[in-house]
Amino acid sequence: MNMHKYEKVWILIGSATLLFFLIVVGVSAFYMGNQPPSCAVTLDPEKVREHQLFKEPGLTEIGDNEYQLTVVASAFDYDVGTDDKVVQIPVGATVHISATTTDVIHGFEIAGTNANMMLEPGYISTYTNTFDKPGTYTLVCNEYCGVGHHLMYATIEVVE
Amino acid sequence: MKTAAQSLLKKVPAKDAKLVMAHMYVAFAALAIGATMGLLQVLERTGSFQLPSWLGYYQVLTVHGVILGLVLTTFFIIGFMFAAQSVTTGGYSNKERTAGWIGFIMMLVGTIAAAIMILLNEATVLYTFYVPLQAHAVFYIGLALVIAGSWFAVWVIVLRHFRFRKENPGVRTPLLSYMATVNSLMWQIATIGVAYSTIVHIIPWSLGLTETVDVLLTRTLFWYFGHPLVYFWLLPAYMMWYAILPKIIGGKIFSDSLARLAFALFLIFSIPVGFHHQLTEPGIDPFWKYLQVVLTMVVVVPSLMTAFTLFATFEQRGRELGAKGLFGWLKKMPWNDARFLAPFVGMLFFIPGGAGGIVNTSHQLNQVVHNTLWVTGHFHLTVATAVMLTFFGITYWLVPSLTGRVLTPVMNRMGILQTILWGTGMLIMSGAMHWQGLLGGPRRSAYSEYAGNADTLAWGPYQIAQAIGGSILFLGMIVMIIIFINLAFFAPKGETEFPVAEDHPNAAPTPAIFENWKLWIGITAALILFAYTIPIIDIIQNAPPGAKGFKLW
Repeated sequence: MNMHKYEKVWILIGSATLLFFLIVVGVSAFYMGNQPPSCAVTLDPEKVREHQLFKEPGLTEIGDNEYQLTVVASAFDYDVGTDDKVVQIPVGATVHISATTTDVIHGFEIAGTNANMMLEPGYISTYTNTFDKPGTYTLVCNEYCGVGHHLMYATIEVVE
Repeated sequence: MKTAAQSLLKKVPAKDAKLVMAHMYVAFAALAIGATMGLLQVLERTGSFQLPSWLGYYQVLTVHGVILGLVLTTFFIIGFMFAAQSVTTGGYSNKERTAGWIGFIMMLVGTIAAAIMILLNEATVLYTFYVPLQAHAVFYIGLALVIAGSWFAVWVIVLRHFRFRKENPGVRTPLLSYMATVNSLMWQIATIGVAYSTIVHIIPWSLGLTETVDVLLTRTLFWYFGHPLVYFWLLPAYMMWYAILPKIIGGKIFSDSLARLAFALFLIFSIPVGFHHQLTEPGIDPFWKYLQVVLTMVVVVPSLMTAFTLFATFEQRGRELGAKGLFGWLKKMPWNDARFLAPFVGMLFFIPGGAGGIVNTSHQLNQVVHNTLWVTGHFHLTVATAVMLTFFGITYWLVPSLTGRVLTPVMNRMGILQTILWGTGMLIMSGAMHWQGLLGGPRRSAYSEYAGNADTLAWGPYQIAQAIGGSILFLGMIVMIIIFINLAFFAPKGETEFPVAEDHPNAAPTPAIFENWKLWIGITAALILFAYTIPIIDIIQNAPPGAKGFKLW
């Protein structure tokens, strides 16, 4: 099969760039631990509130500027443990987020951060995020869950 | 090997033409309905326009996705592949054509059944129908019928290809026929996943025969189908770019072998890649996610080959016409020919579309954009512009060729206007979607002020830009429908050829290995088993209790 000389060069450079890119992505994932959220931790979707993590959702201090945030999503609400749906997090805190759903699939996205994951019935989604910039962030649902999908939200205030 | 192209008809035989046109009517009716829904969505999302109380935003969104993503594409593609196969292999036997009609009727009945359920607000589950949102069983049965009908169609195409081989021993198969066969086989292999999930898991559950459903398994089977689906949309556009467009500009195919190699690679690497749509899901081991990310990225190679080949074709033709210098050939292209301009603009849009796709499938970067409007913006560049503009470019010659009419200069100018409207509208709408997505704006959402925080309120201007772009696109749709109706019913009678490009005289012979289907299908199957067997066993063994159905609309 004949290939034009320029085409060989083009494909070679393209493939080499691709290979380099995949190695960077792979090193980031497996050596530096930058994996996508969660790994196969399950629970009974009908007994979410009986699970140790989700008895009392909300923010708990677990160490030096280290917190655990548990959230229960259901149509069309995020239970973050407060009545006004506002969670205050000290700036620079490391927050281990655990979230799940009691009904259908929901999204969990803190807009403007890398905290972005799917909540699926029967699974606990986890992600650790450090909030370095003070400000007001909105937690939004980014997976269609029914007629009130766009009315699901909570506020994360990162305070000094 | 000698080519049989000279002896072949360049028009679809009349009986086959009828079958193809039946698909085209459905496709363009779908375009009219779907784009109208799109207009309603972008207007609603400005916040200053309210849908009537009997019409929900998500109902409109379900219609938009199902009718454009599943109905328009499938009917147009099958019609076009039927035509390409017929014209390059010499037409169908009565038996083959009857099977084609059976498939068409099944798909139409399935579409109507699903549409009725959506209109009754019994199936507001969007075109991805993720469980445990539970639609009416008739909706799922309708979708299953569409898939089963499409199997009739793709097997007619595949078997016609093999009949050609049998009847013409030693002759290289026509390139378009080869390409249609690759796309058909890929569709067959990919749809097994969604068909199994729908028929075995979802339909019994929606009928109440089973109480719960495995959410992750059905999603995984959906995305086993969902990514090859996008290549099923793209490859017919590639058929046009590789094997028809050279003829339209008066040139030759750059390389038959490279075209076949690209298609064979797409067959192999389109399917074992679905996890890159599931990177942020909680039930899949990151190792397998990464493995499928790597397999996904391999399609960069045939994509680069395609980009090279297409521009080489243009440059080669430009130089034949006396072009000088690096970019002189650009001036020699038939810019005032809608049959060239529409697909060419489509190709340009595919460049940022492809680059955005690399972002989406990147193991970590995905997390920034997953389920944001960035993704919506992405596939409006790829399928809704690159693919659709190419399909419009096909329509300008295919429909008059089938109906025995001609494209008049007035309609050609309308086609150029259409291309400009579509390109401009999409640039604005898709650009604003990408940007809002980077700021975190979620996809598939009605207008909302959320908590009233500054971050979400800042999305407003982008939604207005999307409404402006969407309105221009709506005008573009109207122009396209006028052109289609003209070409189908009113254009002057005459002869229009189905353009089939020929090899360059200096082209090297195509290696016979590309026709070795056992090899290509074998590699495809092996890779699928490699990428999916262990994770699917994991998903089943590690499954939580199943989910009951919910109707939350």
